Amino acid sequence: MTASIPSGLISIRQQLNEGTLNCRDLVIHYLENIEAQKDLNVFIEVFAEEALKNAEEIDVKIKEGKAGKLAGAVISIKDVIAIKDKGLTCSSAILKGFTSLYDSTVVARLKAEDAIIIGRVNCDEFAMGSSNENSVYGAVRNPYDKSRVPGGSSGASAVSVAANMCLASLGSETGGSIRQPASLCGVTGLKATYGRISRYGLVAFASSFDSIGIFAKHNSDIAAVLDVIGGHDEKDSTSSEHPKGNYLSDSSEEFDPSKVKIGYAKEYFGEGLNEEVEEGVLAKIEKLRSKGFSVNEISLPHSKYLIQAYYVLTCAEASSNLSRYDGVRYGHRAKDYEALEDMYVKTRTEGFGREVKRRVMLGTYVLSAGYYDAYYRKAQKVRRLIRQDFENAFEEVDFIVSPTTPTTAFRIGEKIEDPLAMYLSDIYTVSANLAGIPAMSVPAGKDVSGLPFGIQIIGKKFDEGGLLKLWNSIA
Amino acid sequence: MTTVYDKYEPVIGLEVHAQMKTRTKAFCGCSTDFHASPNSNVCPVCLGHPGVLPVLNLELVDYAIKMGLATKCSIAENTLFARKNYFYPDLSKGYQITQFETPLCSGGHVSIRIKDKSIKRIGITRIHMEEDAGKSIHDFSDDDTLVDFNRCGVPLIEIVSEPDINSSDEAHRYLYKIRQILVYLGINDGNLEEGSMRCDANISVRRKGDERLGTRTEIKNLNSFKNVVDAIEAEIKRQVDLLESGEKVSYHTMTYNAKDKTTSHTRSKEEAHDYRYFPEPDLVRLYVGKQQIDNVSSELPEPPDERSERFIREYGLTDAEAEEITSEKPLADYFEGITEALINKDTKTFKVSANIFRVDVKRVLNEEKIEINKFQLSPKVVAKLADSVSEGKISASASREVFAELLGTIDEEQQINKFAELENKYMQVSGESEIEEIVMRVLSENEDEVDRYKRGEKKLAGFFVGKIMQASKGKANPKIVNELLIKNLELNQQ
Amino acid sequence: MAVTIKDVEKIATLAKLKFDGEELEKLKGDMNQILGYIDTLNELDLTNVEPLENINEIENVLRIDEPTDCLSTEDALKNAPSKTGKYFKVPKVIDK
Repeated sequence: MTASIPSGLISIRQQLNEGTLNCRDLVIHYLENIEAQKDLNVFIEVFAEEALKNAEEIDVKIKEGKAGKLAGAVISIKDVIAIKDKGLTCSSAILKGFTSLYDSTVVARLKAEDAIIIGRVNCDEFAMGSSNENSVYGAVRNPYDKSRVPGGSSGASAVSVAANMCLASLGSETGGSIRQPASLCGVTGLKATYGRISRYGLVAFASSFDSIGIFAKHNSDIAAVLDVIGGHDEKDSTSSEHPKGNYLSDSSEEFDPSKVKIGYAKEYFGEGLNEEVEEGVLAKIEKLRSKGFSVNEISLPHSKYLIQAYYVLTCAEASSNLSRYDGVRYGHRAKDYEALEDMYVKTRTEGFGREVKRRVMLGTYVLSAGYYDAYYRKAQKVRRLIRQDFENAFEEVDFIVSPTTPTTAFRIGEKIEDPLAMYLSDIYTVSANLAGIPAMSVPAGKDVSGLPFGIQIIGKKFDEGGLLKLWNSIA
Repeated sequence: MTTVYDKYEPVIGLEVHAQMKTRTKAFCGCSTDFHASPNSNVCPVCLGHPGVLPVLNLELVDYAIKMGLATKCSIAENTLFARKNYFYPDLSKGYQITQFETPLCSGGHVSIRIKDKSIKRIGITRIHMEEDAGKSIHDFSDDDTLVDFNRCGVPLIEIVSEPDINSSDEAHRYLYKIRQILVYLGINDGNLEEGSMRCDANISVRRKGDERLGTRTEIKNLNSFKNVVDAIEAEIKRQVDLLESGEKVSYHTMTYNAKDKTTSHTRSKEEAHDYRYFPEPDLVRLYVGKQQIDNVSSELPEPPDERSERFIREYGLTDAEAEEITSEKPLADYFEGITEALINKDTKTFKVSANIFRVDVKRVLNEEKIEINKFQLSPKVVAKLADSVSEGKISASASREVFAELLGTIDEEQQINKFAELENKYMQVSGESEIEEIVMRVLSENEDEVDRYKRGEKKLAGFFVGKIMQASKGKANPKIVNELLIKNLELNQQ
Repeated sequence: MAVTIKDVEKIATLAKLKFDGEELEKLKGDMNQILGYIDTLNELDLTNVEPLENINEIENVLRIDEPTDCLSTEDALKNAPSKTGKYFKVPKVIDK
């Protein structure tokens, strides 16, 4: 095992510039950690050779003073984000053997700034799940307790950072898939505003919810990555032209508490919230108060309808987005079939896992003839009300805090038979996806068994800088 | 003699899918070039790869607005795209991006001239934008179909008519008009046979006088004018026969069998399709403001109907002449290239121009199977010819020869020089005294024939004309020859 | 609106999926449970609420009509489960 490396990109970069560290050794360090913890089942593919080669090239660039903004950053990528000439499976049998023909915009931007991409990591199939158990590669394990889940769907991304297999990871969110695993694995996870980061190359689950997000231990690392990958992309019609913030400087500053108002939604502190988690979150709130922040109760009145609206809309969009997996142009095709119809049915039945099939069925149902108004249109109206709740709340406060997850990590296999129970565990996180606003999970403590949990901060649209700044007062 | 079919009124609506001649596809930058080898105008977006996203082609919107304006539709200020979900190998995403609840254009019409020469208005319900699917090749083998995605994503507009059409003949005329407008606007190449324009027909029948509509059937993918007419005829007959025998017509999608001229149910489960339309979340709202509509409007060419009427008014052409010349925009443009270059802008010369155009120019186009844009004579030269004929410098028959001789020359300047030469060569002699001299000489040389003429053989006039034309080497102005001949023959009578 | 086994089968056909008897029952149960929960949305009065389609309310994102690079046919067919020459190959639709 190589000597320990400094924590955070700023320190790493300092040592790289001084010459006391080089990228090659950095990569070797991470590769060793990856190898030593294979039983966590995090990586689908490790790009060992390439990463080493890149490292050498970047070491030269650093000496020449030509290195990019992310030189020294080693990053893992959730296997729903396209990397040119690499496999892209979304942890699904239906995409086994598929090679992407293009780089997603985020990966292209990372490469352009000399980040080193160390490998593709596991996830719930097609990002559908909250435990990283729904994967063709098998369940991922929580490094704090290997019998437990890391959360999902970006579970492996969270673990890769928590277990020091890389500096940061790109994951994705549709209903909390960044923040929830960040909470259960004791790292920070940011979901940016919808449209802040390009979706081009992110395999679609629910197009109007999907966001790419960032895991890291330090807010400055998240800031550095966001600064590079964020911003308008003409390949994504839904990407925003809203100007980027000064994320790096925000992440190094602290708020003047008298200038910031924080709220907590009373609807989020109630039944189903684990006592230790509640205590821990409330303790963080006290910490904020003791620093001089005002933290007051606010209301998000439509909170009891979040899960319903979320599931109708995301399953509907997913059922359509997953129609392209039909065995015609790429991916799995069944071996024996009689004719076209049979080929379609066998391919998709074999290729998709249970959770994916369940959501596709639900989505197909709510869009089917006669039900569009009853479900889809209705849920879109509820979505507007939920967004209104936040707009109203943000007239009074600048940030909203809440628990990220109602419990700490549950055991592998515990929830998988009861889909509704699984869905309900998304209750604190889906609101930000419905409203399209940024949210971040920050480590808040550990329960008596040493299992981590997080506190969530939700911000106004495009105020990722604010979240990164507030992190300094909470973490 | 009335038949049972006369008791019924057919009610027909046509849906036309027209490929737009944009350079790139609707939602990605792949070329729309139709001559590419299979699967070479494709990219991850139009192949429906994981993670890709559509971006709307600006030109498609303008083209759709053009068609909307040309058919007097209202242009919606704000529209959305939608997904139409179904599985088929040539549909790469498993859904088609189209417009469902919010078409870009609606409430328009075209006018057609029907059999009794009256004008009939056919309403246009809507025009919307969507993307085409790929091509399936079914005759490769018994077990397999081949798929080419070059066409997948090519932009289409769908033009839906009101059920205002009441016969296969009207359907033909409507389709002709739609095609004419599309080609006039330069947004489609009007090629039904190659599939750049496709037609579906919705057909029902009802007893004449009945207000309720009968149940319709839908015949899909009619790919020629003839098939459209024949298919409609066949389906009308089938439906009337059914009703007359006491049965009911039920909704089906049909296909037309050109070999035996019948329509039959398609065997695919089209009826079972539930397209589960919902708004396309990967695209944003489209707002079309007055400025954009004005810009597009200012680029619209004069519509064929209006241009035809103007040609009748301004150039004194007949209905038939005007209709023929304005049938295609490049032809009308060429003709106005001639009229603009004329020195004598009067009806006589316009008519001469039209005649040269319709007889001489068109003959070359037909024989050489070329379009007017490949025709080598400049309209300025044709104008000179028309002026010359109109002024009497060249006779009408000589003009044919001049035209033929001009055809060898390529360059406009050279053509003008050559024309000057030819004009000289074929110049008619119109001077009266000159001609009279010839007339008198011919008459004096042919005294026997003059005698025979005087005694009643009036037919000999032609003989004298022939001799006079010969003596003048064909240059004598025939009209003046006739006048002077008669005058001198009568004179001699005294 | 309770979902029946027939409904589930119809939806499965639309979604091109197949389930055996036991799976159908489980799916029917799951769907009914979830849809029942979703029905609580009916408690809300939504008469004057507009559906929210586009979360950022961006409008008019358009692309210039200029060709960009395409894939080579070889790349296009690279991941194809079945191909012949320059084409993707699929089984025929056999009429039933």
